[in-house]
Amino acid sequence: MLRLGRRSVFLFALTTLFLLARGRPVRSQENPYIVAYDHNLEEPGNLEVEYFSTFGTQRGGNNFHAFWQEFEYGATAWWTTEFYLDGQSTFGDSTIFTGFRWENRVRPLNNEHWINPVLYMEFENINGADKIIKEVEGHDVESDFLAPNQIARQEENREIELKLILSSNFKGWNFTENMLAVKNLSNQPWEFGYALGASRPLTLKGAAQRCNFCLQHFIAGVEMYGGLGDRYSFGLHDTSHYLAPGLAWNFPSGWTLRIEPTFGLNGNSHQFMLRWGASYEIAGFGQKVAQLFRGNHE
Amino acid sequence: MRRLRLAGVTFLSSVALVAWSVSEGRADPESVYAEIAKAPEKYRNRPNPLANDPEAPAAGKVLFEEHCEDCHGVGANGGRKAPSLRAKEVQEAAPGAIFWILTNGVVRKKMPVWSKLPEPERWQLVSYIKSLGLIDPVAASKK
Repeated sequence: MLRLGRRSVFLFALTTLFLLARGRPVRSQENPYIVAYDHNLEEPGNLEVEYFSTFGTQRGGNNFHAFWQEFEYGATAWWTTEFYLDGQSTFGDSTIFTGFRWENRVRPLNNEHWINPVLYMEFENINGADKIIKEVEGHDVESDFLAPNQIARQEENREIELKLILSSNFKGWNFTENMLAVKNLSNQPWEFGYALGASRPLTLKGAAQRCNFCLQHFIAGVEMYGGLGDRYSFGLHDTSHYLAPGLAWNFPSGWTLRIEPTFGLNGNSHQFMLRWGASYEIAGFGQKVAQLFRGNHE
Repeated sequence: MRRLRLAGVTFLSSVALVAWSVSEGRADPESVYAEIAKAPEKYRNRPNPLANDPEAPAAGKVLFEEHCEDCHGVGANGGRKAPSLRAKEVQEAAPGAIFWILTNGVVRKKMPVWSKLPEPERWQLVSYIKSLGLIDPVAASKK
């Protein structure tokens, strides 16, 4: 498994370097959310390569550093598809590959509305040692993370995750709410969760010259997320919840940096996590792949 | 081994998606231009609030280069993925209609929604597009 993990990471790193060398960067306009989703999809044909990292504190055990790589592709203007590779390092334990995810987001309505729905579907094939906390669902609590990697990785989780994303852009603000339902395919009950977010650029007007430090490139926001129990015990008892203020810095060169200190809101939550990410958007990725297959080099 | 197979299936599916989306090709310019006429009257009648802002076209140019040039080409003269914005249909359209297209996109014809840009930035883009003027077909053919 570890060999597969290393090989996968190596292959994806090579692919990334190849694409970065060939691709044309384009400035993205990313919100600072790491868990919540808004209704803004990837532009068609563009590929965004993203790396995210979470440092988490752990009471009664060792702190950890979880990380994941995302490849987000705009298949059409109404459909974005994304592939993830997850891993984690638990201090005083080991570093392991913990699985992959494939998600799809579809925008069912043509025009912009007061509230814009997006349908989200994801397949996860991860093991019990996965700690990226990309969502909180059911009765997920801090003590779930106490098992040593060698034991936790033996638990296989194949899950289908569905989300209804409702998001609005209003006077420069973005407000989003995500309702989440997860089904473990090994005959577990449906689990539920939520994520809420609000964000706004530091200024609403663009500058008349190119600049990295103009306020328009900074988007500040906050998100809150947590579990809502499962089909048999729906509600807030034995669930964990988090509040996370964040900042995104969208460079004109195509890079985006995000940082998000995260605070646990109850005794079941990790007390503190520091999350950050770097992403790079490549325009015209789809066309470049088409050229490779057609042998049509311009 | 099973995990490897699953990863392989996922990768192949992704490649198929890429191929499928690329096979859609460039949208027909006429059908895209026709979308401008669909702008509701409420939007068409909206004046550009930055019409008298001397910096708006310059700021719009920066935004255009960052977000739009890849599809619509340098100077909005048309690219491989999207039509020219210097065509009569765009240049003679009401500023509010162009703003409406930016806000709503034409998602079934590959034009993404740009509501993620704040309203003033979308109006700056409108200012820039309108400042370009009609393309000179003779000059364009000589290029």
